[in-house]
Amino acid sequence: MMMYRLLSNDMPRSRWLTGLLVVLVLALALTPFIFPGVKALNVAAKVMVFIVLVASFDLLLGYTGIVSFAHTMFFGIGAYGIAVATTRMGPTWEALAVGLGGALVLSFVLALVVGLFSLRVRAIFFAMITLAVASAFLTLASQLHEITGGEDGLTFKVPEVLSPSFEFSDEPFLGVSIDGRLLCYYLLFVTAVVLFLALLRIVNSPFGRVLQAIRENEFRAEAIGYRVVVYRTTSAILSALFATLAGAMLALWLRYNGPDTSLSFEIMMDVLLIVVIGGMGTMYGSIIGAALFLVAQSYLQDLLRLASDGASALPWLSALLSPDRWLLWLGVLFVLSVYYFPTGVVGRLRASSFGK
Amino acid sequence: MKSMDFDWKPLALVPLLALLMVPLIGSSSTWITLTVAGLAMGMIIFVIASGLTLVFGLMDVLNFGHGVFIALGAFVATSVLGAMSDWTNSDVLWRNLVAVFPAMLVAMAVAGAVGLAFERFIVRPVYGQHLKQILITMGGMIIGEELIKVVWGPAQIALPLPEGMRGSLFLGDAAIEKYRLMAVAVGLGVFLTLTWVLGRTKIGLLIRAGVQDREMVESLGYRIKRLFIGVFVVGSALAGLGGVMWGLYQQTVTPQMGAQVNVLIFIVIIVGGLGSTGGALIGALLVGLMANYTGFLAPKVALFSNIALMVGVLLWRPQGVYPVANR
Repeated sequence: MMMYRLLSNDMPRSRWLTGLLVVLVLALALTPFIFPGVKALNVAAKVMVFIVLVASFDLLLGYTGIVSFAHTMFFGIGAYGIAVATTRMGPTWEALAVGLGGALVLSFVLALVVGLFSLRVRAIFFAMITLAVASAFLTLASQLHEITGGEDGLTFKVPEVLSPSFEFSDEPFLGVSIDGRLLCYYLLFVTAVVLFLALLRIVNSPFGRVLQAIRENEFRAEAIGYRVVVYRTTSAILSALFATLAGAMLALWLRYNGPDTSLSFEIMMDVLLIVVIGGMGTMYGSIIGAALFLVAQSYLQDLLRLASDGASALPWLSALLSPDRWLLWLGVLFVLSVYYFPTGVVGRLRASSFGK
Repeated sequence: MKSMDFDWKPLALVPLLALLMVPLIGSSSTWITLTVAGLAMGMIIFVIASGLTLVFGLMDVLNFGHGVFIALGAFVATSVLGAMSDWTNSDVLWRNLVAVFPAMLVAMAVAGAVGLAFERFIVRPVYGQHLKQILITMGGMIIGEELIKVVWGPAQIALPLPEGMRGSLFLGDAAIEKYRLMAVAVGLGVFLTLTWVLGRTKIGLLIRAGVQDREMVESLGYRIKRLFIGVFVVGSALAGLGGVMWGLYQQTVTPQMGAQVNVLIFIVIIVGGLGSTGGALIGALLVGLMANYTGFLAPKVALFSNIALMVGVLLWRPQGVYPVANR
């Protein structure tokens, strides 16, 4: 069947999960028509960018079993590639191509060097070295003011067809004006779908099986005859390239990029949280996790504000529940989910459907 | 470690790096100032990193949350020193020392106590699982940082040096800040104590044996878990002490300082060889010197120079300068 081929024979394997996924994908596809307003559209676009970003991280963490803290670095390289190229060369398609191509090459080289260097010694070095390289890169990006715009970042124009001022027709369709913004949204949607299916294809290929074998037992995989270093490094490079593409998607949508939007350590934490909550080693977890997390991000802050006001009689409790401290509760949630739900939402849903 | 087969080559790296930089920097007085600053910074980093490297060596636990104890120590010091402002504002050195010494002790005690809880609730459930350890301790770091913000507020706090410790000594034209000399002294004290405990006491013997072959020590009837808890607590307390020193060195403390220093510490323990105290000292001195020299020569690439240093060392010795057996 067509569907099997598209999903690389890796079905959701749970009725609830399938239902949830269908609802989410439909909601993303129809957001411009069913949720009016700029904010909903922005959230939906961000969800799509994060689905690709998190899925690419899952390839590394969930399927290969190595932790990288430089994933936002590649995300940032993609975003900066678009931003710098369009600032320099004007809002043309060539600029986008040059920016994206340059970013992909840079990510490839960086991932290759870091991967070969640290994965050759021992996998645990990879976590520490990526952390060091990523923070050096962040410092560099905020200091090279002439190229990256420093802390202020870069605001740029995209090709006119994709900008909100470009109208395809004067007549609104189903109450939505058909403009460049809508085209840009669907460009992102199609890109996200294609990239996600490509990642699903990768993890279900023979190559992906080897990665999972390495994750389960490195020594045995090596003994069977697979070069562990080569497979791990390839996985790191692929994951970096997909993250770069996600970064380019983000830049295209926001028409702005700065250190805080794509490079910061907070985004790295968000990605880690989404992978763990959604379910490590299940590509579908990235869809569920990204949607849940980005919606909860604003919702949790509102909830905390209510709780904080409610607890105003106890100052210390109120301080603990203040909306500024939402990261604290996310951290607690993160630790608890690593302990009790290591397979995340997807793993839970699958387990409950097998139990029946 | 007999003196006969002592491996001196890594030790020679430190003066080598310092001498190589002389022509690049030019002025000899600037060089002396930078070198002393680098040594002081290296000593502080060593105090912090020594605990982490021991914890890794003994139990194979990579604690990404080590940075929390640095920030915790520094913030405790702001409270203690703030409460003793009579003593810190005096310009008599011994009165300042009376203020700083308890600040350090309290910071170590608090960091050690929190370390005990951290070990129990964060680290213990995930022994032997590297992936989960990295994730969990990272989560612990976030929680700790946020709790610090709850107690002391999210803003940065000034941690001024006590009056008597400010100012510089002059060696010819070269200015050497007094506090840096004190930092070197404290760091040396910690190093000598650690060397003595590890090399000359029963507990040290067990720790070294545990680093080399944990199962063998266990099968001889020693409770290595208890030993490990002790090492973890001492490591956290040392990070707290290092935090006080780092805070006084920077003269401001922020809740994020732990994460910033963490990056340097990882470089240090990779350079030194995971689990090796002597290696951590050499790694810390190299990193401290490198940071100060490049901070003067090319500030934008300061952090990259330390990564380059690490790459260079690993190309020479892939397991760090002093590889620990069996790891």
